[in-house]
Amino acid sequence: MKEITRRDAILLAVGLTAAATLPLPALAAESAMDELKKFTGGADARESGRITLDMPEIAENGNTVPLTVSVDSPMTSEDYVKRVMIVASGNPRPGVATFHFSPRSGVAEAATRMRLAKTQDVIAVAEMSDGSFHMAKAAVKVTIGGCGG
Amino acid sequence: MAKSKPRVKVPKKADKGEVIKIKTLISHKMESGQRKDKKGELIPRQIINHFSAKFNGETVFEVDIQPAISANPYMEFNMRAEESGEFEFIWVDDDGSIYTKKQPLEVS
Amino acid sequence: MKTSRWKMSLVGALAGGLLLGSQALALPEGVDTVEVMAASKDHPLQEIRSGWNYRSPETQSLQSDDFENPGFIWVEQGAELWETVEGTEGKACATCHGDAAESMAGVGAAMPKWNEKLGKPINLEQQINACRTERMGAEAWKWESNESLSMTTFVRNQSRGMAVEVQTDGPMAPWFEKGKELYYTRVGQLDMACANCHQDFYGQRIRADMLSQGQSNGFPTYRLKWQKIGSLHRRFKGCMKQVRATPYKVGSDEFLALELYVNWRGQGLPVETPAVRN
Repeated sequence: MKEITRRDAILLAVGLTAAATLPLPALAAESAMDELKKFTGGADARESGRITLDMPEIAENGNTVPLTVSVDSPMTSEDYVKRVMIVASGNPRPGVATFHFSPRSGVAEAATRMRLAKTQDVIAVAEMSDGSFHMAKAAVKVTIGGCGG
Repeated sequence: MAKSKPRVKVPKKADKGEVIKIKTLISHKMESGQRKDKKGELIPRQIINHFSAKFNGETVFEVDIQPAISANPYMEFNMRAEESGEFEFIWVDDDGSIYTKKQPLEVS
Repeated sequence: MKTSRWKMSLVGALAGGLLLGSQALALPEGVDTVEVMAASKDHPLQEIRSGWNYRSPETQSLQSDDFENPGFIWVEQGAELWETVEGTEGKACATCHGDAAESMAGVGAAMPKWNEKLGKPINLEQQINACRTERMGAEAWKWESNESLSMTTFVRNQSRGMAVEVQTDGPMAPWFEKGKELYYTRVGQLDMACANCHQDFYGQRIRADMLSQGQSNGFPTYRLKWQKIGSLHRRFKGCMKQVRATPYKVGSDEFLALELYVNWRGQGLPVETPAVRN
């Protein structure tokens, strides 16, 4: 397995992260937190650098924002990524999708297109086969009008 | 014509052990359930709520889908090719419809 | 990497004059368009640019792969309809026109064209319906219906990569002049003409959005805003609403004239149908 630099890694409770970094109405932030807690069963998720969440810095239209998530994992039957949940912290409903992988996936990577109601952080949390959780965030600016938007 | 139409892109052949990329798209409005019509009434939610990919009957990839996935949902993922067989892709609609598409894969 | 490509295309847009007639953009497979084309002498602009150039790399890449491009849902539906027998005459499009890849190549690039019988120009949506009612004994499709959009997109896709070339002389001349007049006539509460955005300020931002030249070579176009494919006349309506004007009707003589004139402003651009725009 690839050695991961943990120098910058911060161990944070998911709830703390959401509260500290997301300038959101309490309700939306809370329900994004709820979604994450439900997923992790209250366990900590580390921003360990093992997840890459690739999204545009600026989305031309919030209706269709491309997203690629990948997790650094050998994807063997002993060590693989089970699930990755995507949460949009600033959407009216924060849930987006949960990808279920298996060792058969070969690579823990998936891509889709999602809706973003406004500028916000998108969060990806991965559950590994050893029971640990990892997370990553991407800040996406959503441009509104003009005539295109 | 109103029915959803799935599209998939899978290589026809792969080497044993090779990780192949699979792309899928299905035509669907993905009505979020949060929009209102001209009378101000909520338009009921109707989305594709689940997607799965099976290979020779074994589920290799699944997605639980919420209304935040864009219209005409696109899913891209991978699979390690081990043996020849058949993919079955399954999309589940809120209205109970199930859309499927099959695609063979030859592994050598 | 994505960011730098975006910045480069921005620079390209701003430095348009300098790049005139120089290199075609190194395009991903499947896209046939040009970054910039020199306009003819009688054209109000010096350069012609497809709307493709004004979109973000993410939107461009949605268009550049025929599988990932959601507009192809309508191309495929159109291909099915092409073979579908309908109406009292027991005919499908294919009965008369055979393989669309051959018979329809170039057709969509040259619309609207003069129709002697009607004594006026006819565009692609209208020509498809004329075939249905006159030759197939089938009902006309409603404008912007899934069927009309599918067939129009499918037929126009057969001209992908071919240059837009509409006739503007002879009997088309008064329609061209009418379209030109509409293009430059200020309308609505905001008192704006097409030209006030798409000629005077293309390549600049209107709030957060990048103004294009308003070219028509990608239509019917999959718009992220619409989350589906839509016709050029639907886009015209949208523009008119945005300047707080009462839009003309889809299929009206006004929009037909405007379509002819706007197509002429993009004369020579490759057809991109189905393009993806924001």
